[in-house]
Amino acid sequence: MHPAAQGLLTIFLGVGGCIAYFYFSNQFLDKVLFPAKGEHAGRNINRANMVRPWLFLFPAIFALGLYLAYPVFATLWYSLTDRDQGGAFVGLANYRQMFDDPKFWEAVQNNMLWLLVVPAASTAFGLLAAQLTDRIKWGSIAKSLIFMPMAISFVGASVIFKLIYDTRPVGQSQIGVLNAVWLQFDGGVGSFLILRLVPGLLMICAAAAALYVAWGMVQKALVGKGGGLATALRGVGTLLLAGIAFAALALAFGAFTKTYAYGVPQTWLTIPGWNSFFLMIVLIWIQTGFAMVILSAALRGIPEETVEAAIVDGANPFQVFFKIKMPQISGTIVVVWTTITLVVLKVFDIVFAMTNGQWETQVLANYMYDKLFRANDWGLGSASAMIIMLLVSPILIWNVYNARKEMR
Amino acid sequence: MADLKLTDIAKTYGGTVEVLKHIDLDIKEGELIVFVGPSGCGKSTLLRMIAGLEKITSGTLEIDGQVVNDVPPAQRGIAMVFQSYALYPHMTVRENMSFALKLAKKSASEIEEAVNKAAQILQLEEYLDRLPKALSGGQRQRVAIGRSIVRDPKVYLFDEPLSNLDAALRVATRIEIAQLKESMPESTMIYVTHDQVEAMTLASRIVVLANKGIAQVGTPLELYERPENEFVAQFIGSPSMNLLAGEIIETGTQTVVTLDGGGTVTSAVPTRDNEKGLRVNVGVRPEDMLETTGDDYLFEGKVNFTEALGEVTLLYFNKVGDNDAVIGKLPGVHAGLRGKSVRMKAEPEKVQVFHNGKSLYYR
Repeated sequence: MHPAAQGLLTIFLGVGGCIAYFYFSNQFLDKVLFPAKGEHAGRNINRANMVRPWLFLFPAIFALGLYLAYPVFATLWYSLTDRDQGGAFVGLANYRQMFDDPKFWEAVQNNMLWLLVVPAASTAFGLLAAQLTDRIKWGSIAKSLIFMPMAISFVGASVIFKLIYDTRPVGQSQIGVLNAVWLQFDGGVGSFLILRLVPGLLMICAAAAALYVAWGMVQKALVGKGGGLATALRGVGTLLLAGIAFAALALAFGAFTKTYAYGVPQTWLTIPGWNSFFLMIVLIWIQTGFAMVILSAALRGIPEETVEAAIVDGANPFQVFFKIKMPQISGTIVVVWTTITLVVLKVFDIVFAMTNGQWETQVLANYMYDKLFRANDWGLGSASAMIIMLLVSPILIWNVYNARKEMR
Repeated sequence: MADLKLTDIAKTYGGTVEVLKHIDLDIKEGELIVFVGPSGCGKSTLLRMIAGLEKITSGTLEIDGQVVNDVPPAQRGIAMVFQSYALYPHMTVRENMSFALKLAKKSASEIEEAVNKAAQILQLEEYLDRLPKALSGGQRQRVAIGRSIVRDPKVYLFDEPLSNLDAALRVATRIEIAQLKESMPESTMIYVTHDQVEAMTLASRIVVLANKGIAQVGTPLELYERPENEFVAQFIGSPSMNLLAGEIIETGTQTVVTLDGGGTVTSAVPTRDNEKGLRVNVGVRPEDMLETTGDDYLFEGKVNFTEALGEVTLLYFNKVGDNDAVIGKLPGVHAGLRGKSVRMKAEPEKVQVFHNGKSLYYR
């Protein structure tokens, strides 16, 4: 049979089957099981109505149970067994072996980095885009353009960015946009401005901002507002911010002192430390559209009069945004943030398609795929799958909790 | 604490849609001015232009002699109470009230003092640490007013502040606003409403807006007793003033008009000799119509329908000619009048005479 005909047949059978299921199961319920006639007509109608929701829920519950709930327990079991020994129970041996694997810790470390950078950057860019395009005539065009990457699969986006990062040997013309731009730098004034002064100043500003926020926290902690827990959290926050400030200063120092390889095309995806960020850009590019659409709707939902009241009260546009608008959509920001966090924790396609975890870009999902399908080690693969699930679950629960709170 | 002067103010949207034009208005310090008008007449737009939330298309707005057309809202010395209260939902009552002062970089003790004082005036002391969602409608309205008071503005602007409250609360809050105004005799207030009762009870002067301009400015009783035109005559008062077409037959210090319906009426409005034979509309308020059996009646008609309200009875007469249905308002209960033919008269002082929509009293 022709594949297209097969496809059509599948659609026909699938959709027809669904309609048939709902029609005949309801007919059975109303006509055979609890017929609405005879001496118990009223009681039968009530019973039929109590059963009916389950008729509609059954297909979803069955499919979710078969394809989601069962695999969780099966994976948990596999993670405690060894295939080489014919599936014998080996306790926590797989986990011990995994924890001794440096590649696993590299994946965990990278996942944490993704976790810090991608949701923050996507939400921030999304919020910026939502605010800038709000109530502007051509805003909807800009929004459609920013949203468009959402329609591209992760693999497709990876292919696009592989072309952007592409490298050709010296002498050939570079087809990668990034290298084409890079080769324009020659160490002159322009290079100094763009490669040293701008990033250096940006990093110094970032360090200053981090230190300023940290100083605010220290002052509040000294006053002791909010009790012991708040003070402890402020302490942790201060240390974290100090670390960020130090890192930013180090980067600024690097920007001014580093020797650049002008005129030499770079293989971007093989530069350890930086290549992970090049991969993250792909996901940020995709997820910004998602964040923008949700946050844009939330911004529209803010009562206009509260903004006007703030203007009458003397707030400037920044104060209106940060003190009136942001707090009113904080619930939505959290939902967007956690939703993207879930996507990030499961990120696989981008790494698989661009570097396959080489050059220190490994992440947990790709590590799992490596072990499960390339090394054919179901024990180790399942163990890493369990780790991913352990990381995702609490964020997922928090996300659902917040989303439901938003809907109320 | 300030005078306002509006000179030839106009508002146009998108260069074509004219909302307001030729608005001239002098507001003196300590006045409570009420803008009323039918919906869509631009009263809220005018208020928002004074607030600085809408741009003034042309004309000048002066506060205390200083042109403020291009001064941002916060620096105009105004405070505004919005229809929906517009409380910041994420801030407590205290934070809501102190927000403006914090932005103005006032000291903590100053803010504390101002907020406590406002809370005391508005009886909000026990709610200071609550969020707006934990307050009732009336309390939210008081917080919105408190947010204005703490700023100690020159001019208070109210945009239909009571329209979201239920009827009983509306009366109570109306009285609170009147008392608040009394306690701050030197502050200027501008109040927008579509509710006549609010306008009549609160205003020191009412501005009636209609047809993109000002129909009349005056004290509540001036508007009620001496409307300048048919629009104001019918807009103020409920049920609205009856208008009956007729012709002047006698001029002088008093005017006599024969009405198309057959009656005659004497009005205290003076007319000139050459106005004999002029086609006019005679205006009489339902409550000024008196039942009569004599031949000196202004209107005779069959009572089509009655509404007994206890203190008064409303009589709806059959339509005669092109006039709107005439309504009479008699004190007490008159259950038996339905279906009967009744003659009505009116005292000369209570009879208005309009020609081409304008009152002959003003000229």
